[in-house]
Amino acid sequence: MDFNLSEVQNLIRQTVRDFAENEIRPIAAKLDEEEKFSVELTKRMGDLGLFGMHVSEEYGGGGMDILSYVIAVEELARIDGSQAATLAAHNSLGIGPLYYYGTEEQKHKYLPRLCTGEYLWSFGLTEPNAGSDSRGSKTTAVKDGNDWVINGSKIFITNGSADISLGCTVQAVSADNGGDKKFTTIIVENDTPGFTAKTMHGKLMWRGSNTSELYFDNCRVPGENLLGEIGEGSHIMLKTLDNGRLSIGAMGLGCAQGAYELALKYSKERKQFGKPISKFQAIAFKLADMATKIELARNLLYKACWLCQTGQKFSKEAAMAKLYCSEIAKEVADEAVQIHGGYGLMKEFEVERFYRDQRLLQIGEGTSEIQKIVISRHIGC
Amino acid sequence: MKIVVCVSHVPDTATKIVVGSDNKTIDANGVTYVLNPYDEIAVEEALKTKEAQGGDVVVVSVGPDNNKESIRKALAMGADSGVLLKDDNYRDSVGVAKALAEEIKAQDAQIVFFGKQSVDYDNSIVGQLTAEMLGYNCVSVAVDLKLDGEKITAEREIEGGREVIETSLPAVITCQKGLNEPRYAALKGIMAAKRKTIEEKDAAVSENSVEILEMKKPAPKEPGKIVGTDSSAVPELVRLLKEEAKVI
Ligand SMILES: Cc1cc2nc3c(=O)[nH]c(=O)nc-3n(C[C@H](O)[C@H](O)[C@H](O)COP(=O)(O)OP(=O)(O)OC[C@H]3O[C@@H](n4cnc5c(N)ncnc54)[C@H](O)[C@@H]3O)c2cc1C
Ligand SMILES: Cc1cc2nc3c(=O)[nH]c(=O)nc-3n(C[C@H](O)[C@H](O)[C@H](O)COP(=O)(O)OP(=O)(O)OC[C@H]3O[C@@H](n4cnc5c(N)ncnc54)[C@H](O)[C@@H]3O)c2cc1C
Repeated sequence: MDFNLSEVQNLIRQTVRDFAENEIRPIAAKLDEEEKFSVELTKRMGDLGLFGMHVSEEYGGGGMDILSYVIAVEELARIDGSQAATLAAHNSLGIGPLYYYGTEEQKHKYLPRLCTGEYLWSFGLTEPNAGSDSRGSKTTAVKDGNDWVINGSKIFITNGSADISLGCTVQAVSADNGGDKKFTTIIVENDTPGFTAKTMHGKLMWRGSNTSELYFDNCRVPGENLLGEIGEGSHIMLKTLDNGRLSIGAMGLGCAQGAYELALKYSKERKQFGKPISKFQAIAFKLADMATKIELARNLLYKACWLCQTGQKFSKEAAMAKLYCSEIAKEVADEAVQIHGGYGLMKEFEVERFYRDQRLLQIGEGTSEIQKIVISRHIGC
Repeated sequence: MKIVVCVSHVPDTATKIVVGSDNKTIDANGVTYVLNPYDEIAVEEALKTKEAQGGDVVVVSVGPDNNKESIRKALAMGADSGVLLKDDNYRDSVGVAKALAEEIKAQDAQIVFFGKQSVDYDNSIVGQLTAEMLGYNCVSVAVDLKLDGEKITAEREIEGGREVIETSLPAVITCQKGLNEPRYAALKGIMAAKRKTIEEKDAAVSENSVEILEMKKPAPKEPGKIVGTDSSAVPELVRLLKEEAKVI
């Protein structure tokens, strides 16, 4: 077994870490405070080459492996969950379905612009009444001549309503024979008449990331906007989520790593009872537990990436990695606040943001409960 | 124009350094090595020179196999090719300079960039030694550089000001912070660097003229003293600065 990362993977980590430390860290608190999505910062992440990392060079991508991409998300999340969210949602959920299921024409039409950071693409699955149970979708797509006519709405859609949002892959019900629903995925560009995207405000976490409600009111798109086959929509969305779980796992891992580093540093600086609090066994053991969980999480996640990259089945491990990384992000961020004492509750201290940002991770892209359903099916329950 | 950049591969400044059991080297266990920060500035200046004048940027490093990581980083930033002058043993600054000078001669480089200092041994000397061995002009600790044909106009930081120097190619420039803002190795550059070649050869043989007898950590800093919080503390502060710290 070889646990060493390749030279390329190490360089990617170094570069993304430097970028995150120098370009994101100084403004992350302000973007969070103002609940502001930054087009400018997104463009700079694009210039660095983060968008479309795993897409082949033919479509303007980076031609890198999945682990390289996961390392990049991890390094962003180590500094700021919001920017990591923009990247993970765009690459896995936005670009993913177009890249894996698009026709050559669709790929050439959209991917080059999506790999630069100039434009973002979103993934519209969740609806007000269909969250964990995505088959509860009510949004419909009806064929009218050569066109598709879409009606309904989506909620909580990342990257859906930024100034640079180009379009969305929408899952809609294309046939319903007495409860036997057929799902189809359709490409909808943001400037299509009948389509409205509205930014959602008042979030606890990921405040520097764009989250939106999408409305479809007799929204008409040409037949060639069909992604994949008619009736294949559910399959496409679920496969996309398998990949997405790796990047959400990376967000959990990076968030835990960042919170742990802040806590370790603080514990060596903060003195009580005449010595640094890191010298108290109660605190040292917390840090030891945090470091151990992070190590476990990283090994599990990287293994899932390796399975995916080598063409083996990985959906069980992806669900385990998503579950474990996001759960330990919660535990580690919580203990990191504890180690900061009262200061950990103040916005002046970065760890406060980590404590909030981790909370989405056990909910988005399949809640922890849903991951356990997936895992339990895989193990034959 | 042939442009050479010399780079060292050094412990990340964020790592905690532990002296090895032989008391002569650092314990490399768990230490991450990176491209020397001043050499990033040197690479950037070499790339800017190439972008303005055309030419080829060759990255050269003396050291063990691991130094290839730093060469690769420079290639990812945009340099064209690399040379590793292999040596697994300890080599002093003169030895490093000798090996570099020989390679630079073979490359027939017109301009050679160094960092002003390597943050491992901090001798701040390899660039100047190499220039002397080659008979090249040398500008050390440069914070501004202009090239016009053969003519070089450079600025150096000196005590309390800046010195403007004119000289000509061929030349060695050692680079200081402020000369430029090094670019990130963009991810596409990292992928492209995989396809660039790093030539390996043995470093020119050299006897060390310096022997490291012992390495130890500096004594821990004494805690600071707060003399007072308002203007009434000034006389005491002045007395301490004069008599204890002896700085005024
Ligand atoms: C910031 C943010 C960004 C998001 N981005 C996107 C996006 O880009 N695209 C997109 O399509 N969606 C997105 N989502 C939606 C997200 O995927 C859903 O919120 C998530 O799937 C949960 O759905 P829900 O909120 O409707 O919760 P519900 O499904 O209502 O779940 C409520 C609770 O019930 C539990 N539960 C439900 N069913 C079961 C069961 N069978 N067994 C046990 N427990 C169960 C859940 O685990 C949870 O604890 C985003 C959400 C947020 C908050
Ligand atoms: C073979 C090898 C193995 C080493 N292993 C050990 C070891 O085991 N123990 C130990 O104590 N020391 C080791 N070193 C460190 C080595 O001694 C220093 O890198 C070297 O002495 C230069 O340090 P300096 O302080 O003189 O550099 P400075 O004079 O401060 O460096 C100025 C500039 O010179 C250039 N430069 C410096 N070093 C190199 C280099 N190696 N290759 C290319 N350009 C360079 C860079 O541009 C740098 O910015 C090793 C180095 C080599 C070459």
